Amino acid sequence: MDIFGKFSVERFVSSLQYMWKGMLAIFIVIGVIILVTVLMNSFFSKLAAKKQDKENNA
Amino acid sequence: MEILYENLLLLFQNGGWQRVVMWLIGGLLIYLAIKKDMEPTLLLPMGFGAIIVNIPAIYDGALSTLFSAGISNELFPLILFIGIGAMIDFGPILSNPKLMIFGAAAQFGIFFTFSLASLFFELPEAASIGIIGAADGPTAIVVAQKLLGNASQITGAIMVAAYSYMALVPVIQPPIIKLLTTKKERMIRMPYKPKNVSKTTRILFPIIITIIAGLIAPESIDLLGFLMFGNLIRECGVLNSLSETAQKVLANLITIFLGITVATQMTADKFLQPATLLILGLGLFAFIFDTAGGILVAKLINVFSKKNKINPMIGAAGISAFPMSGRVVHKMGLKEDPSNFLLMHSIGVNVSGQIASVIAGGLILSFML
Repeated sequence: MDIFGKFSVERFVSSLQYMWKGMLAIFIVIGVIILVTVLMNSFFSKLAAKKQDKENNA
Repeated sequence: MEILYENLLLLFQNGGWQRVVMWLIGGLLIYLAIKKDMEPTLLLPMGFGAIIVNIPAIYDGALSTLFSAGISNELFPLILFIGIGAMIDFGPILSNPKLMIFGAAAQFGIFFTFSLASLFFELPEAASIGIIGAADGPTAIVVAQKLLGNASQITGAIMVAAYSYMALVPVIQPPIIKLLTTKKERMIRMPYKPKNVSKTTRILFPIIITIIAGLIAPESIDLLGFLMFGNLIRECGVLNSLSETAQKVLANLITIFLGITVATQMTADKFLQPATLLILGLGLFAFIFDTAGGILVAKLINVFSKKNKINPMIGAAGISAFPMSGRVVHKMGLKEDPSNFLLMHSIGVNVSGQIASVIAGGLILSFML
């Protein structure tokens, strides 16, 4: 396999789009996951607090 | 006697010496596994397999059958992901979801190396080389197989690099962390205040992650789906014996076959190429820039936050090598200040690195397929 025969700066330049697109996409996916996790935590902790209050009142 | 003579003759004809070199490489992998305790579950079977497939006759035995049955269709790495998912406790990131940012940042090396490798390789090959930086053997196998197929000359080198560097995390990461952080930064304390995570959240998390990732990066669904399925078995609370089997028996069984089967790609004609050295170098590069990506984002966040500073070392744990990377960061923290415990933070980041690296693999597949 002649790796140096395949050397191409053009290919490198065209690959740069995948770098920014990839990093942007990964931050978006992880951002959505963080958001959903925060919402789940907040919802279920409130639910647990309400349940606790009911138990205390009863 | 005649067969012995013919085979010995083959070793001295038509580049037969290369097979001897591959035996030595196989021996080196076995040595590293036994003497240096470097990822022995994989390096030992791979080393032995490398010896088998370089016996001087055209090899087409049981290992080739196993390769067709379990690697060329990506079955073994995906089944292994069920076991890995069952082993992972997502508690630390559910308790502090912000830690997941570092998992995302530490995938920078993958995409950067992808671009760098494209100077020498076609884009699908470059993408498969970049994914070595995921520090995740099964993901590297799945991506390389999907993009390059069985005929590729470089699949073996990619697999060997992915697993070898996973084992070298304690050697590769500390100098980079030291280079990019000051002593003062390494001594930053991060109090651990765990929040109560409900069982419902733990059960919903793997399901919701699968849906989100499946909608945004559909190509990651196989990898992430199997990982999250394993985690759901663990967290549901009604499949304890299945969870235990997935964590131990299933993971061990697949690991045995995976290591020795990967070695079918380590034949002398494929492995002893200048490209292999270049791939090993680029893989190292990917690891270094993954580590740097996580640390630099942590430092950037510190610039804007007045209180609750982050110890930038935990950013380095955003690679997928679990739990080695988390432990390396924890040990470095203890070395600077014996009363500074970073383990829960670094393990949290490390776990998020597992999710992020699988998503990165899926994104690369989406771009290339």
